Amino acid sequence: MLHIYCPHCAEYREEDEFHCAGQAHISRPLDPEACSDEEWGEYLFFRKNPRGLHHELWVHAAGCRKFFNMTRDTQSYEIKEVYKIGEQPSVVAE
Amino acid sequence: MTQQNRLTSGGRIDRSTPLTFTYNGKQYKGFKGDTLASAMLANGIDVVARSFKYSRPRGIVACGAEEPNAVLQLGATEATQVPNVRATQQELFNGLVSASTNGWPSVDTDVMGMIGKVGGNMMPPGFYYKTFMFPESLWDTYESMIRKAAGIGRAPRERDPDTYDSINQHCDVMIVGAGPAGLAAALTAARGGARVIIADEQNEFGGSLLNGTEKLDGKPASEWVRAVVEELSRYDDVLLLPRSTVNGYHDHNFLTIHERCTDHLADIAPVNQVRQRMHRVRAKWVVLATGAHERPLVYANNDVPGCMVAGAVSTYINRYGVVPGNELVVMTTNDYGYQAALDWADAGRKVVAIVDTREAAVGDRTEAARQRGLNIISGSAVIEVQGTKRVTGVSVAGLSASGTKVIGSVTKLKADTVATSGGWSPVIHLSCHTGSRPVWSDSVVGFLPGATVQKQLTAGGINGQYETAIALQEGFDAGQKALAEVGLAAANVVLPETEAMKVAAPMSLFHIPHLKPTSQAPKQFVDYQTDVTAAGIEIACREGFEAIEHVKRYTAMGFGTDQGKLGNINGMAVAAKALNKSIPETGTTVFRPNYTPIAFGAIIGRNCGALFEPERYTAMHKWHVQQGALFEDVGQWKRPWYFPQAGETMQQTLNRECLAVRNSVGILDASTLGKIDIQGKDAREFLGRVYSNAWAKLAVGKCRYGLMCGEDGMVFDDGVTACLGENHFVMTTTTGGAAHVYEWLEIYHQTEWPELEVYFNTVTDHWSTATITGPNSRKLLAELTDADVTNDDFRYMDWKQITVAGVPARVFRISFTGELSFEINVQANYGMHVWEKLIEAGAKYGLTPYGTETMHILRAEKGFIIAGQDTDGSVHPYDLGMGWCVSNQKPFSYIGKRGMNRSDCTRENRKQLVGLKTKDPKQVIPEGSAAVLDPKGPKPLEIQGHISSSYWSETLGHSIAMGFIKGGLDKMGETVYYPMADGTVIEAEICSPIFFDPKGERQNV
Repeated sequence: MLHIYCPHCAEYREEDEFHCAGQAHISRPLDPEACSDEEWGEYLFFRKNPRGLHHELWVHAAGCRKFFNMTRDTQSYEIKEVYKIGEQPSVVAE
Repeated sequence: MTQQNRLTSGGRIDRSTPLTFTYNGKQYKGFKGDTLASAMLANGIDVVARSFKYSRPRGIVACGAEEPNAVLQLGATEATQVPNVRATQQELFNGLVSASTNGWPSVDTDVMGMIGKVGGNMMPPGFYYKTFMFPESLWDTYESMIRKAAGIGRAPRERDPDTYDSINQHCDVMIVGAGPAGLAAALTAARGGARVIIADEQNEFGGSLLNGTEKLDGKPASEWVRAVVEELSRYDDVLLLPRSTVNGYHDHNFLTIHERCTDHLADIAPVNQVRQRMHRVRAKWVVLATGAHERPLVYANNDVPGCMVAGAVSTYINRYGVVPGNELVVMTTNDYGYQAALDWADAGRKVVAIVDTREAAVGDRTEAARQRGLNIISGSAVIEVQGTKRVTGVSVAGLSASGTKVIGSVTKLKADTVATSGGWSPVIHLSCHTGSRPVWSDSVVGFLPGATVQKQLTAGGINGQYETAIALQEGFDAGQKALAEVGLAAANVVLPETEAMKVAAPMSLFHIPHLKPTSQAPKQFVDYQTDVTAAGIEIACREGFEAIEHVKRYTAMGFGTDQGKLGNINGMAVAAKALNKSIPETGTTVFRPNYTPIAFGAIIGRNCGALFEPERYTAMHKWHVQQGALFEDVGQWKRPWYFPQAGETMQQTLNRECLAVRNSVGILDASTLGKIDIQGKDAREFLGRVYSNAWAKLAVGKCRYGLMCGEDGMVFDDGVTACLGENHFVMTTTTGGAAHVYEWLEIYHQTEWPELEVYFNTVTDHWSTATITGPNSRKLLAELTDADVTNDDFRYMDWKQITVAGVPARVFRISFTGELSFEINVQANYGMHVWEKLIEAGAKYGLTPYGTETMHILRAEKGFIIAGQDTDGSVHPYDLGMGWCVSNQKPFSYIGKRGMNRSDCTRENRKQLVGLKTKDPKQVIPEGSAAVLDPKGPKPLEIQGHISSSYWSETLGHSIAMGFIKGGLDKMGETVYYPMADGTVIEAEICSPIFFDPKGERQNV
């Protein structure tokens, strides 16, 4: 069970309180109508499944209800950093 | 029975408190402080099990969690049956009832054993796969026979009378194991002011210090243990957990501890006490001081009762005052094995020989044995044991220097006990739980914990350090390091003086050769519990299994409830030899939680029975119960399903409820619908983005139905949203979809459109909703309010803030039945009051409560969808014939717009929602039935769609159904067929799904 630092609450809480909402930094195209079916399909369905560093979107569902980003090692389960929506990760895969 | 193997003095047992216990129906005596295993050995019980595959007699071989054979069934009554109890870990209590779990008719005279004896080679590895998998249809039969024959305990058939508990804990330092290393770490951390938890699986702290004759500061080691435990128990921030196994080491230093609170007291926990407790610990730092398990050697017939690991022999003598035999032969690859012989001799019984596989080893323990005049046979091994239900003698022969060949002649010695030591395996299980791969050490002759990302330290035996002085020092160092890491100053601790012991190098030897090749020698067991032999592993390797994980699965090595604690390393060594590889090249399997088997009760804790899952009740729930409603689970909500009256069948109830609504008025508890309060100057814009239809012009005081789609254009929820103020709305969602919709709104606001000023709050529980519906609903409402509720003043799709039954209410004039309806929302704590007033006033109109089933029928008569029943994530609004609920005029590309305009969404022949009217009006098509065009056509028949909703309509006098048909909206009047499992076919005509009041006049009266 992960021990997660919520950047909004500014404290560590148990994983029970959180909910992972998938890969982070998936931006909704600003003009969806301009997307081809293929581009729209990419946006909708295609996600990374890396072994190692991964940027994920999490929500403090049973806490402040705020979303935030997490950089996590999918192999060791180490959480490298958490950062707010709109911010960019400082730890990235090589 | 007398305790013939009990010493008259010594040990940590209380001879003044005798206890009686039962094993296989016979009564025996033991003492307080005994384990079930030590008491059995004291009574001379040799056979405790029949082996899994060959049904060979088995005895106790070890003294702790690693015991593979003495796995017993406990329990005096049916309800208190506990399987998988290791006798070596079960403390004795008065009245304990135990039984062996296999052997038929008994472990002493076993029928299956004949097969094993006759057909030694009849059951090779993979035997079950090879023999019983075909024909597959018979596997169930085979399996039950095999299980019965093998016998691995059974679950109780009655409800467990005990309660179990769980508790969350936090600490600076979690110390696993309370031997010398763990105690030194705990003492250091505690003195430094850290919050400490120290857990040990045994009934008292001390670990190996309680098993031997070692002295600390010139006094028995147990005195140092007592002083440390006393000091630790004085600290407020130190939690001592004996009888507590740290069973799992999970991510981010989260550990689960299985505490057996009352298992040592009685069959059932004393009143007001829990049987077991699960501690869920989040630790800043973890110190693993889990020690090591001694490895037995692998030699012919090494499973005959009387063959034990050497350290266990010492422990039974020193800790329990039990000598498990009369004439001992020790075989060892290291100095520690000598200790068993020294202890045996001290107990006054005969040491026949110490067989050392090394040529010339000189250490303090070997010298002590020499000085005692014990018979030491160097450079030799016990290659075979004689006996069946007890060892009667051994064959000793010289070994080549590498230990791979027998040289010289064989000498037979008479003995009843063989104690072997092949060295020690560090208990690295917990370290493995977090994903760390163990690392082989040639000097330790064992696997050590590998690199870890956890905040973890290790000390003592787990590091391959078996001398007390080093274990103490490592524990102390770990304690200091943990203090520094959590920001505390170093502690002042003086470690006790130990007796320095010189130790000669061990020999790396696991599998003792025989005169015959392994495949022809008597069985040499590697894993006792799963009956895996050295020959079996060789066969697996010969059959092409090279990866140790595959060898493990093919042979079932390590698959028992002991997880191969005793045998795995030996097995890897045998495999390595067969594959001509080194052990590190062969690799090791790793361990998963749990370390030892754990009762389901301890896992579930209090979350069983009524507390298994939360149940949500509306404010009117009690009334429904009193009226005899039957309930339906919708998410966690308990919703009234229907309200049967005496003597009614379900269908009769539904017919009555439906007619009451159509003819007069009915009442529904709609409180469970999700309600989300939405405010902010951009609330309206936001609604336009998440709903498929238009919201820009919805006036204050008006309601509107909306469809919610995913980015793929598929409908996932629906509901009515009311405009409470220019910047204030309340959205309703389906009962089951509320949480998802709420998170959906939040994620789009927070991650995509944070520039919109809008706020959401869930208010589902804040409001109670009574829906009155039917031609007389207005008359009923008028009785409880002074407000003008006439059709001129309170129009369809209006909402009003009025007073109902003296209570402020938001009343929505919307309809899910097609009838004139009012949804009366009041603060939840007034819900029951308003409900009862409505019931009272409604009596004269025959006001009839109805539940979800009638609600479904009434809406289906109107062709209204239920999101989740008539949608399945693959239908967009046009598929539902609800294009009227899609606005393409909105400037913003709302969620779902792009998706529903994909080429696949706009193609011909998509499955579309239609009504279906059966040719025989009495027939109700089962929901889920598949539609075909020609039931007699060539198979497989092409499926045209399926039924999503289907009911008997008493109002209409015929069945009604909604379902999907390919291109259905253009096929009105055509016939489709629904083949049933029994071979019959239901014929139906495609029609509009609006069966009743197609012009919608009834809701406008």
